[in-house]
Amino acid sequence: MSRSSTKISELRLDKVCREFGGVRALDGLDLTISGGEFVALLGPSGCGKSTALNCLAGLLPLTGGTITLDDRRIDGLQPEQRGFGMVFQNYALFPHMSVRSNIGFGLRMAKVPKADARRRVDEAIRLVQLEEHTDKFPGQLSGGQQQRVAIARAIVLEPPLVLMDEPLSNLDAKLRLEMRTEIKRIHQTLGLTTIYVTHDQEEALSLADRLVLLRQGRVQQIGSPEEVYTEPANRFVAGFMGYRNELGLPVSQVNEKTVVLDGLGGGLTGVRRDDLGARAVAAIRPEDFTVGDGPNATEVTVEVVEYQGREQAIQARTDDGVDLHLRADARLAPGDRVTVSVPPERVLVFAAESPAAPEEVA
Amino acid sequence: MAAAPAVARPRISLRHRLAERGVDRTLLLLLPAVVFVVALFIYPFVYGLQLSFQPQAGSDAANKYGTGPFADYRLFFSDPYLRNTIWTTLKIGLPAALFNVLASVPIAYRMRGRFRGKRAVTTILVVPITLGTVLTAEGLLAFMGPTGWLNRILLDLGIVDHPVRLTHNYWGVVFSLVITGFPFAFLLTLSYLTGIDPTLERAAATLGAGWWQRFRHITLPLLAPGLAITFCLSFVLAFSVFPSAIMVGEPARQTRVISIAAFHAAFEQYDYSMASAIAMIMGAVELIVIGLVLGWRARLYKGATGGKG
Ligand SMILES: Nc1ncnc2c1ncn2[C@@H]1O[C@H](COP(=O)(O)OP(=O)(O)OP(=O)(O)O)[C@@H](O)[C@H]1O
Ligand SMILES: [Mg+2]
Repeated sequence: MSRSSTKISELRLDKVCREFGGVRALDGLDLTISGGEFVALLGPSGCGKSTALNCLAGLLPLTGGTITLDDRRIDGLQPEQRGFGMVFQNYALFPHMSVRSNIGFGLRMAKVPKADARRRVDEAIRLVQLEEHTDKFPGQLSGGQQQRVAIARAIVLEPPLVLMDEPLSNLDAKLRLEMRTEIKRIHQTLGLTTIYVTHDQEEALSLADRLVLLRQGRVQQIGSPEEVYTEPANRFVAGFMGYRNELGLPVSQVNEKTVVLDGLGGGLTGVRRDDLGARAVAAIRPEDFTVGDGPNATEVTVEVVEYQGREQAIQARTDDGVDLHLRADARLAPGDRVTVSVPPERVLVFAAESPAAPEEVA
Repeated sequence: MAAAPAVARPRISLRHRLAERGVDRTLLLLLPAVVFVVALFIYPFVYGLQLSFQPQAGSDAANKYGTGPFADYRLFFSDPYLRNTIWTTLKIGLPAALFNVLASVPIAYRMRGRFRGKRAVTTILVVPITLGTVLTAEGLLAFMGPTGWLNRILLDLGIVDHPVRLTHNYWGVVFSLVITGFPFAFLLTLSYLTGIDPTLERAAATLGAGWWQRFRHITLPLLAPGLAITFCLSFVLAFSVFPSAIMVGEPARQTRVISIAAFHAAFEQYDYSMASAIAMIMGAVELIVIGLVLGWRARLYKGATGGKG
């Protein structure tokens, strides 16, 4: 089986399943990825992201389903026959090899002629800006530098598919932003088809062409960043994508597209996203509230104010005792009474039974 | 009253300064070990060393080379019957240690993951440690001796015409050293192997390395320093072979190992000085071999291997 370093046109996952002793870590994953795409697998801890990636790389055998790469079934192949580049969460750099040997390892295994290999390694080193560190060993590098080596090692073979398992989760916030830009730049330069695993929705939104949201091994939504951000398919996705306010309220009036809920002053009008029973859950982003009169206006008392630079993150309580998270440009102080409003199209109303997001998303 | 802080401060800082250099009260924890090492190792060693430079009057060495400090050593190296025990011992000890280390690698490699029955297999592999050399030797005699099961089976199957001689010679001792030494080598190798992060091999696999290349380029280089240590320990165990050299070997000729020579000098000729000299030579040979192996090891990568070990 020869390694193809050519670009792929389509990778198809069909009902991919993986069980661990009867527990389904991955439950019927259907996904079609076209060449050059950057897809992010997003979900809370333990939802099966790494499992999906390991199944793709061939490091875990499937317990069901098929994987096809350009009409060729690959789910029976060993990892070394698939030749997908993988960036591991803990980098997995070879500690006894220099940066240069680490990056050149794949080329050496593929028996690429020395001169050619050297040129390609140099190119990869330049791409990840590690020129000064080529002869160091992984133990002598900082976390961000190790991360760059791991990325260079995975892409130097120009694999048909690059898999990244939370590559930035071990870095500090500043470096994380830097490396994020770096990864984006590398993807734009080489155009390699990439699947990127993360539990950080901001990272996923900023990097990916398409997002796949997973929960307990099942796909919740697949869509572009805009779609997932503005039109989350269910309460879980909404909660994960930053709809921090989830207000459980009685339904008073259901129309075709909109719905009116009891509560929040004179009633809360929102967009209907599910078939509703007697109660429903309204999901609202903190940043969609504005201080001042407008639609869905209600009066609140400010309780906690967090300074966040240009904005303030505010926790406020309505007269009915409902806690709201909002953001405000205006300087407010605890105890202030203000009117807040939110446009009805920014209020998403889901059925109360719809699965909820985890309490805390990292 | 007012002077108290002024007094207290230098005292604290002295303690801090000592602590910086690793001197604090936990050092007392080392005391039993120091006493132990001095009483049981350093004192006997120094005693034996000085004894080896004082040839006993009337001994072979004194008769031949006088009572100068090196008479015992001169006798040892000039008498082929004594000198050759070094080669005899090395010829038994080196292959046995090498075999134990090399054989433990594939088995430990296969067994490092988790699988059903791992504990049973490990137990079977490790049980010989508990048997002791004498029991092993008796078992070997019963199993591989001229009238043992092995020979009877081979004869009955018509594979051989005469019993194969596997005991009371070189091979008997090597077999016995393998049986008792392998479990040590295996346990050590297994613990070194589980200290290597398994994702390294997985990373190598995604980079196109097959299982042999993964072993050759990733696992083996990371394991090699551990194997060097394992070899040294196995070699030291094998080099001091004594009971099995007598019980399943041919102690007069083929397996007249260096410890037999020392025993002979000490308890048959009552020449403690000569016995001490032989013991010192034995130690020197071991040191040379270990020094060579560790010298080679020093050129290897010895840093973190990323595993749980
Ligand atoms: N080897 C295994 N044996 C048994 N269960 C496993 C194994 N590997 C994973 N699981 C289970 O499968 C589920 C999915 O695990 P997975 O590692 O894919 O999560 P993840 O989404 O990558 O989480 P994280 O963000 O924390 O890395 C978890 O519930 C986990 O406990
Ligand atoms: Mg994971």
